[in-house]
Amino acid sequence: MNIKLPLTDESVEKLHAGDDVRFTGVIYTARDAAHRRMVETLDKGESLPFDIRGQVIYYVGPTPAKPGQVIGSAGPTTSMRLDPYTPSLLAAGLKGIIGKGGRGPAVREALKQYKGVYFIAIGGAGALLARHIKKVDVVAYEDLGTEAVRRLEVEDFPVIVCNDIYGSDLLQEGKERYKLAVT
Amino acid sequence: MRDIDCQTIKETIARLCQEAASLLPEDVLQALKQAREKEESPLGQQILDQILENAELARKEMLPLCQDTGTTVVFLELGQDSHIVGGDLNECIKQGVSEGYTKGYLRKSIVDRPFSARINTQDNTPPVVHTEIVPGDKLRIQVMPKGGGCENMTRLAILLPAEGKKGVTDFVLRAVEEAGGNPCPPVIVGVGIGGTAEMAVSLAKKALTRKVGQPSADAEVAELEGELLEKVNALGLGPQAVGGRITALAVHVEVHPTHITSLPVAVNLQCHSARLKEAVL
Repeated sequence: MNIKLPLTDESVEKLHAGDDVRFTGVIYTARDAAHRRMVETLDKGESLPFDIRGQVIYYVGPTPAKPGQVIGSAGPTTSMRLDPYTPSLLAAGLKGIIGKGGRGPAVREALKQYKGVYFIAIGGAGALLARHIKKVDVVAYEDLGTEAVRRLEVEDFPVIVCNDIYGSDLLQEGKERYKLAVT
Repeated sequence: MRDIDCQTIKETIARLCQEAASLLPEDVLQALKQAREKEESPLGQQILDQILENAELARKEMLPLCQDTGTTVVFLELGQDSHIVGGDLNECIKQGVSEGYTKGYLRKSIVDRPFSARINTQDNTPPVVHTEIVPGDKLRIQVMPKGGGCENMTRLAILLPAEGKKGVTDFVLRAVEEAGGNPCPPVIVGVGIGGTAEMAVSLAKKALTRKVGQPSADAEVAELEGELLEKVNALGLGPQAVGGRITALAVHVEVHPTHITSLPVAVNLQCHSARLKEAVL
């Protein structure tokens, strides 16, 4: 399924765990340090350096771009580390997240409550994923270096729906489907 | 006595860091291709296709396979009849890593003051170096860029001797299942049994330097490896834990005698991007 970003309530309603999705449009990068800062900003009642409503955040810390490259290898990092910050961002209007690995119960609950979707990209396919990133600009927290928030323009960026707004969890359901009894 | 020059060691390490980041070893590629043939889950097949496509692209264009170019783990087997000349061995390894990561446009992922300021050292140093003194006059160097996603899933337990093989099996299965998609399955499962606590973890890591799927030379250990692989794959996690038949490409077990009161067991996972390059000087 091809999706033009940003996301809307309508577009996320069509998504179900296990769906194969290709994103075209803008996504934002943020890792640990940027998350801490964003949530501190929200806690103080101040506004974020970019309008997060309807947006998608990608958990990524790319390698440095070689001369002539837009971005270096750029696959997802482990999402679990960002669990403590995620519900606040969903409450502020974040609609989509791209990472790898499962999410904790608080995030799964917040995804249902705020109609957000958690997507996984293929961990360890950084060279391939970088090909779908066409433009990169730092938009906030430049002082954080590799952890600054970047705005990526992506084309046909491949992701899989992991947790949908209906409470389905691909990792949980996939494991149950393929589990075997071994004596 | 044979002289080995520090400058050569430095240049070799720099080269191995760059090659390891982009060139997936042939045995890993073969194991991934076999996994693709065996995988039944359509999503799992699709993921393995993309992993193989990524490896091909990285090789062709010398791009890092993964953005996490890891902690640089260096294994040295130093011949007791060799003589390192022309500098400080530890310093030249460090310089080799620094040069490899800087010139190779690899990500610098190491922070100093890990419990407080977490300041990036800017050149991925210092590496983690394991040195073994062996017979001969050569120096074997293996460079393993070890990603954080899989390294963070490492587990150690000191079991009761009475728990035996079943205790070891249950512990390994729990470690892999709880790790879920975080270590980027299909993984290689390194298991260390015996020794002391720190040795068990070290053996588990050392087990990852074996060619993928090459069984232990010890028949009883090889049998355990086979049983563990079957059970790990029966967990159903599959590629990236989306559900599937291939959760692990291999289970490698290293064993060492231990104390009469003790049964240490450690699990160290390696992601499917199982990067490892070696040279012998």
